[in-house]
Amino acid sequence: MESIVLVVMLFWPLLAALVVLLFGGSDRAVKTSSILMSLVPLALSVYLLWGYDFEAGGIQFQVRAEWIPQINASFRLGVDGLSIPLVFLTALLSTLSLYYSAGVIRHRVKEYFFLFHLLEMSMLGVFVALDYVLFYIFWEISLVPMYFLIGIWGSDNRDYAAVKFFIYTLVGSVAMLLAILAIFFATGTFDILDAAAAQPFSQQLTIASLVFWGLFLGFAFKVPSFPFHTWLPDAHTEAPTAGSVILAGVLLKLGAYGLLRIMLPTLPHAAVFWAPWLVALGAIAIVYGAFVCVAQSDLKRLIAYSSVSHMGYVVLGIGAAAAVMTPEALADLANVFSLSPEALQDSAAMAINGATLQMFNHGIITGALFFLVGILYERAHTRDLFRFGGLSARTPYYYGLMMVAAFASLGLPGLAGFWAEFFTFRGAFAIVPAWAAFGTLGIIITAVYFLYRIIQNVFLGEYDPAKIEHWTTVDGQPAEGPTDVVGFEKLTLWPLVAAMLLIGIYPTPLVEYFNQSALELLNFVSTLS
Amino acid sequence: MNALGLLLPELILLVGALLVFLLDVAYDTDRESGASYGLVSGLFLVVAFLAAFFQMSLEPQQAFMMDIDAFAAFIKMTVFAGMALVALAGGRYMNRRTYNQGEFWTFFLIVSLAMSILAGANNLVLIYITIELLSITSYMLAAFFRDELRSAEAGMKYFLYGSVASAVMLYGLSFIYGAVGSLDLREVAGFFVQPDLTEELRVAMIPATLLALAGFAFKASLAPFYQWAPDTYEGSPTPVTTYLSTASKAAAFAVMARFFVVGLSALDVEWVPILAGLSILTMTMGNLAALRQNNVKRLLAYSSVAHAGYILMGLVAVAANAASGMDGLNGVLLYLFAYLFTNVGAFVSLMAVEETTGSVEMEAFQGLIHRAPWLAGMFTLFLLSLAGIPATGGFLGKFFVFGAAVQHQYYWLVAIALVNAGIAAFYYLRIIRTMYFGSQEDAGSRLELPLGMQATLLICTLATLWIGLYPPQVLDWVNTASQQILTAVLF
Repeated sequence: MESIVLVVMLFWPLLAALVVLLFGGSDRAVKTSSILMSLVPLALSVYLLWGYDFEAGGIQFQVRAEWIPQINASFRLGVDGLSIPLVFLTALLSTLSLYYSAGVIRHRVKEYFFLFHLLEMSMLGVFVALDYVLFYIFWEISLVPMYFLIGIWGSDNRDYAAVKFFIYTLVGSVAMLLAILAIFFATGTFDILDAAAAQPFSQQLTIASLVFWGLFLGFAFKVPSFPFHTWLPDAHTEAPTAGSVILAGVLLKLGAYGLLRIMLPTLPHAAVFWAPWLVALGAIAIVYGAFVCVAQSDLKRLIAYSSVSHMGYVVLGIGAAAAVMTPEALADLANVFSLSPEALQDSAAMAINGATLQMFNHGIITGALFFLVGILYERAHTRDLFRFGGLSARTPYYYGLMMVAAFASLGLPGLAGFWAEFFTFRGAFAIVPAWAAFGTLGIIITAVYFLYRIIQNVFLGEYDPAKIEHWTTVDGQPAEGPTDVVGFEKLTLWPLVAAMLLIGIYPTPLVEYFNQSALELLNFVSTLS
Repeated sequence: MNALGLLLPELILLVGALLVFLLDVAYDTDRESGASYGLVSGLFLVVAFLAAFFQMSLEPQQAFMMDIDAFAAFIKMTVFAGMALVALAGGRYMNRRTYNQGEFWTFFLIVSLAMSILAGANNLVLIYITIELLSITSYMLAAFFRDELRSAEAGMKYFLYGSVASAVMLYGLSFIYGAVGSLDLREVAGFFVQPDLTEELRVAMIPATLLALAGFAFKASLAPFYQWAPDTYEGSPTPVTTYLSTASKAAAFAVMARFFVVGLSALDVEWVPILAGLSILTMTMGNLAALRQNNVKRLLAYSSVAHAGYILMGLVAVAANAASGMDGLNGVLLYLFAYLFTNVGAFVSLMAVEETTGSVEMEAFQGLIHRAPWLAGMFTLFLLSLAGIPATGGFLGKFFVFGAAVQHQYYWLVAIALVNAGIAAFYYLRIIRTMYFGSQEDAGSRLELPLGMQATLLICTLATLWIGLYPPQVLDWVNTASQQILTAVLF
């Protein structure tokens, strides 16, 4: 009985998509049924949160059925402390995005909602699949609906952005596919956990490195890790609002999830060897991304680049933990720093917790930020930072929401973003102090671009009516000036803002899930010879 | 079972061809009866398909210089399925354009017959004769709209290339006969495994292989013998293009596989590098040329060249005892099977657009989603399958072929294929983009599809998804087929 949960949750969006496609009558009916149907996966994801047994730990809610026996690929699903919060995040952002889209999408409605359900299924699939073939199928399918979402409902330069997004991630994925095949030939199984237990290539560093980089390319394009991030600003900027929310909120997490679920446990030796590279890429991404943000004049592009910077924390945290993935590396490093191996392992756990927390928080915070940018764009029809000003007096409610999201994003204590940064740097300092110190620069620059660029340019100063010719309301009616957020926009944002506050004040429940899986990962690798 | 029974698929097709021919002579053809010739041909192909399906489960045996084994039976199934689908979709298309349908469908069945024999032929002369039979009938079909300049050009080009290629191949085969003294592939194989085989003889076989390869490469449109393909594909009647790029290719790869894997298994050190080189050349040339096409028919023609390159990777990476379930040869078969449904679907989609707009230029596809949403959706699926996106048959084919190459540690080959997959995605996306990313206003009027095309598209869609999502049954077939070949091989 328990096992059916994941199957229903995974294929429910597919059902919703088919319902929309085959029975979708009026636009209104499509929108209503889509929103209602998306509540089912959300409810089931809450059930997963609630039903996960911490005592037992490990993978739960398992499903296992024969699928392609000829190549040992099975239909295996399961979730643990790492995937459950991400599944919840996916379902939550999907529902909110569908709800928000119902308010702003006016043409080709049926196609839009059909694709969105398909997208939700593929993202959930990546988080719950425990078989490489299944994982890869969902991973790749997620490209297709997003490509259409950007290409059809995006803004002016959508065509270019859609193709760039597709090709870049495809090339990364194919590299990953080759790595998966290599792992298969070494272990004889496509099962993700069995393959990790078999420890392929543990004695052959050269091949292990090749496989490692194959996997890393696939994941890094998705994360996106510097220097594989160049598709991101275009895709995020051109995508429709809800598309940007899902891109930043969930799709980027797929890559980071892959690093934790597949790369570290399966190739710990290669991970140790290449950990300095990961750490460097992460730290550079933090600082570089932040600097680029400061130079932006396009509001949405700025938020997009902030994702590059913020996902840098994730890579930094994972990289730091990767450095102690084998018992020998742990002992060596403990010697260097004259620490006990246990203390070092604690730091690794913290680094992983920081990275995973950042994955979740970035989803919520940047999701909210993209919603907010969309709200403004629907009214002003421009994203040029320098054409705004003085909105704080005109749209106080909007100002308030933006302030919370912006401060959460720059890591103000008391809001969600702080804990992720705190854990990441606390963990990374013990293992890679120099790069961690370098990375902290990013925090300062982040404050600069949020306060100086966004808050000051958009909300403070004088309101000048001449700068933007035609304001509209969110329904597209002409308006005298900026109008404040309306009901459905508030309802979209409040769950996210509430989550930022809750996690900011009391992160423990969320950390428990992530910590569980972090400890399991570290225990797993510490038993390796 | 007596020997004639083993020829059941071929006999069915022969009867069918003669019947259509006689009907054509006996009755005055008007437009109406012409369409039914297509259906009659389709029916015979379906019966032949069932006969081939029955042959899958037979013990491997030989009759009339042909192997009757699961490998041949599977190729026959693939070929007949493709030809039947073309007949189903193409009936009305041909009907509107020519009065000589009887002739067309007679040759169409003879083409199928030739491919069927080719699937099992294990004798060098039979291989040559069947390739000639297949080629000559195909020349005629390619040039079937003889009053149209394009179609005449298509047939002429095909003929000029083809006749040279087969002459060269015959020359190559004569070398092999000269060395071995037998035309039977198994005796050829046995000759080359002799331990006292001189080095000179081995080396002498390289030019022989290259010459023989010319004929196969021509049929499978491999580089550097693919230049006929774009012009012929573009100019031929679309049903002919469809089978030339799918069924005909499957037959060509079948005979190549038998020739190299069975006949020249002992010389693999010599031919594997040659095929690997051709594979790289073919996929790269095909993809690069496809990038610049604005005519969708021509684009698909180049893409089909590129796919031949991917399929060849499987032959390069053939392994006699692969424990992993990816022995290369089953990848080739799976790829051919999946590619057949995908590409037939793609060409029939094209045919549907051509029927209503009269054009196959990129512009004809502008805003197709508004004119024919289901057609656009299915065409998108076929294009994604061609691009190798998962959940489709095209992905699984690539998965097995790439897998075999990774297993052999041909990392450089796989790396080049990887880059190619990226390039290919780009031009498939161009078509998808054209269909979807336009606005509703400038789309034009709705498109009505004839029933035959609808049915074909639906079958191809379901087959593509079936192979992509739940392939155990297909894998059983291809594994049986490849194992029957590989267990007999003397690697």
